[in-house]
Amino acid sequence: MVDRINDIWGEGTPHPRGTVWPARVDLHLEEGVAEADVERWVQSACLLCSNGCGCDIAVKDGRMVGVRGRAGDTVNHGRLGPKGLYGSTPWASSSDRLTRPLVRRDGQLVETDWETAMGRIVEVSKGLLAEKGPLSHGFYTSGQLFLEEYYTLAVIGKAGLGTPHMDGNTRLCTATSAAAFKESFGADGQPGSYTDIEHCDAIFLFGHNMPETQTVLWARILDRTRGEDPPRIVCVDPRHTLVAAEAERTGGIHLSPRVGTNLALMNGLTRELFTHGWVDTEWVEEHAIGVDDLRDTVAPYTPEEVERICGVPAADLRQAARIFGESEAVLSTVLQGFYQSHQATAASVAVNNLHLLRGQIGRPGCGVLQMNGQPTAQNNRECGADGDLPGFRNWDNPTHVQQLADLWKVDAMTIPHWAPPTHAMQIMSYAETGSIGFLWISATNPAVSMPESARIRKILAGEQCFVVVQDLFLTETAELADVVLPAAGWGEKTGCFTNVNRTVHLSEQAVEPPDEARSDLDIFLAYADAMKFTNIEGDPLIGWRTSEEAFDAWREATRGRPIDYTGLSYDKLRGPSGIPWPVNDEHPDGTDRLYADGRFPSDTDECETYGHDLLTGGAVTETEHRAMAPAGRAFLKGAAYTPPHEEPSEDYPLRYTTGRTVYQFHTRTKTGRARSLDQAAPDAWVELSPADAAGLGISEGDWVRVESPRGAIEVRARVGTVMAGAVFAPFHYGHWDPHDLAPDAEHRLANELTMTVWDPVSKQPYFKTAACRVTKTRDGDGTSPAPTTAASAPAAPQTAEAPAPPPGGATSSEVLADTPHYALDPSSRRT
Amino acid sequence: MPHLSTYVGLADRSEQILAESFRAVGLGHARAVDVFHTCNLLAEMCDRHRRQLAPIAERYGEDDIEEPERLHADGLAQARDGEIGLLRDLQDLHVLATLVQSTWTVIAQGAQGLRDAELLDVATTANEETSRQLTWLNTRMKVAAPQALIVAP
Ligand code: SF4
Repeated sequence: MVDRINDIWGEGTPHPRGTVWPARVDLHLEEGVAEADVERWVQSACLLCSNGCGCDIAVKDGRMVGVRGRAGDTVNHGRLGPKGLYGSTPWASSSDRLTRPLVRRDGQLVETDWETAMGRIVEVSKGLLAEKGPLSHGFYTSGQLFLEEYYTLAVIGKAGLGTPHMDGNTRLCTATSAAAFKESFGADGQPGSYTDIEHCDAIFLFGHNMPETQTVLWARILDRTRGEDPPRIVCVDPRHTLVAAEAERTGGIHLSPRVGTNLALMNGLTRELFTHGWVDTEWVEEHAIGVDDLRDTVAPYTPEEVERICGVPAADLRQAARIFGESEAVLSTVLQGFYQSHQATAASVAVNNLHLLRGQIGRPGCGVLQMNGQPTAQNNRECGADGDLPGFRNWDNPTHVQQLADLWKVDAMTIPHWAPPTHAMQIMSYAETGSIGFLWISATNPAVSMPESARIRKILAGEQCFVVVQDLFLTETAELADVVLPAAGWGEKTGCFTNVNRTVHLSEQAVEPPDEARSDLDIFLAYADAMKFTNIEGDPLIGWRTSEEAFDAWREATRGRPIDYTGLSYDKLRGPSGIPWPVNDEHPDGTDRLYADGRFPSDTDECETYGHDLLTGGAVTETEHRAMAPAGRAFLKGAAYTPPHEEPSEDYPLRYTTGRTVYQFHTRTKTGRARSLDQAAPDAWVELSPADAAGLGISEGDWVRVESPRGAIEVRARVGTVMAGAVFAPFHYGHWDPHDLAPDAEHRLANELTMTVWDPVSKQPYFKTAACRVTKTRDGDGTSPAPTTAASAPAAPQTAEAPAPPPGGATSSEVLADTPHYALDPSSRRT
Repeated sequence: MPHLSTYVGLADRSEQILAESFRAVGLGHARAVDVFHTCNLLAEMCDRHRRQLAPIAERYGEDDIEEPERLHADGLAQARDGEIGLLRDLQDLHVLATLVQSTWTVIAQGAQGLRDAELLDVATTANEETSRQLTWLNTRMKVAAPQALIVAP
């Protein structure tokens, strides 16, 4: 029985390049339940990170009691990580579930029935519509709902109300991924596949702490780096993560640029490709435009200049560029270290550029994975609940808007398309002034997760805006709402979701939701009914009742677009494995990789955006786009580096950065209710480099105050592996404290310090560019609560002092003797 | 070349006014943080144009400073309030930036006539960057307009 808290990735199954990743089936059942006791196994996929591992839910006595990986699933080949194993089910039977609607009366949230709660919502909604019109309404959703729910919400917002004010917390996580794809290739959509791991000879992880964010994917990489003919790893991260250690072990390299200087580093790497003739000129000539401008833009970024800006030794930059330039198949992955940092879109686009310049796209091993942080963020992007138009349509293209108007049978004027959708931070600004007077938040916790959190709480608590929150628990955000709706969660409803590499899974209902909790789909449908939204013909706007009908409606919305679901159905998804889109007549079994033919959705009539100036976010016009005649070629785009918005000063001499830890997800809504995970990382901490800690007289476990111009936290210090001059804090912790474990739960919310500022193109807020100061407040009585198992491990000399986290519940792991066949896997072809 | 030097002076002066106005609008609407940061970024662009022009201006002289004084547009000393105020300020910046751009167009013509490669280079890059400023102003106005016109308090 394996403890998967301390053995995060589980038993390795190393294998040589070009061979199928072996299957290993992981299982966890709650204490006291044996495998023979399980009454039913219900097909699903894990919802606790963007990897989306295929799994089956164990059901006993009407309760979810555990999970097991699906051996035949293309994503995980049966494996699950600590979050999936321990965190998937315990929250569901937690005693503090929301089970009845609440409304605010005389300042207090009190229990009520659905009719009263929905009645209140509809009354306010109708009143505001009559008085001010649809622009008074905003929706802020999640990366946690199902595709059917996002699509339904998108239709309600765009065709029912007609408001452009829709976004999701996907803006905090994956907006830059989408933006970078749109700028480079013309439309969203992950070009690569996880199977690239088996075929590449180098892997670059840009600002991506994969061992903690997507543990099963990292296990897949470890199985290559520990096998025959391993790829070299290159890590770009200000912390000495396990990726950095693996980079050193494999003969790759760890680059730690100063926080906020990623673009200068990327410009330096790009320049090296040009200087050393590592550009595939012929391929570029045929498949891309903009190469001359890009060469000019990056010309000033010599390795020495990069060293001056980023603090990365010139020789290290040269070495990393050489690995990229001389490898025949490079896989790149990008995550929050780039997305939530300064010049996010430009830096992420630069990763796409490297691949385009080398002609390394569309072939096995040559992947770009602009990752998501959340599991169904991809669906939010696809369906348009983040404000984009469904099916990767261009709001600036009247033909695309008309297609939706025809599909929904509404006047095209109803669909807001006069400007880009309003992004989350702007929605909050409008709510701050009361310009948006009705804000509906589903399955997310902005009071903890948004930058400058004190400001967000003030907005939500204020009288100027009526706030509806639907969630599983009374979160820090729900506490501030005017109406709270109890929602059904994963396993309590049916729907699909699509993981980061386009793989669609069906997640079936395993159990009934508690008491009066309803699925998000049912809640949205109830609102649409009560608002009496109709189409041009006078029929109800939303013609579906069940999730399967919603899926079928969505399928029609994708017809003819790059994201094509027309060949998918619930029946087909009940098969052995997840299926990556496009799935249509041409690709009946799905598609392992996009752009295999070197043709991109960049044509003016096809593309999802005409593009932007990466420096300012200024939009390219249709006329300008047409003049470039992209005709299926990708764009090479660059921008000059500019210094971050808040540089260290005398008062705030350190750089503050935030991130995730392996045992928690989001604001711990689910993981904090799983004992094994909660105990492994029960309280917040802050990481300092040994040099900074010594200078400030701080030792391991001391209580410290971390302050920025916007706020402060008081937590215990870990003297860790973060680079000198930088301070790292995990972002999961609000004041909610399940077991009263935190001595100071009121003062540990990392986002008290972060800035209200965002990327000009993707509008993703920056969580990694604040300046701070650290002072010791009192001696600690032991080590900090930071886990010792991954990037938060103490710096070498202290190792002996910090104990390993308490072991997690028992799990089992079985390596299969025969690896199943994976239909789309290039190394699994049947002969 | 009295008229060329007049225009060189005009370019310098209008870039200065545009920079100051970007900063005033940015500061006045600091609550709209993207406006604040982008305005500062664009103001620095103007400063850079002036620095690039400085050695050339020395060559041609800026003797006729009266003329640019008469030609220049008034800058924005102070930002207006609220969402509609932001919209109006962005519009004013757009007018100023257009003046700057057409000034560079005129100078580029002169530089070609004189075969002054250095001046032509400065005028061309500055012209292109002013286009980027105008593009951003247009984009931002489009975003701000509906809410400001219909719902803003
Ligand atoms: S890697 Fe992600 S999707 Fe897979 S089990 Fe872990 S948390 Fe779930």
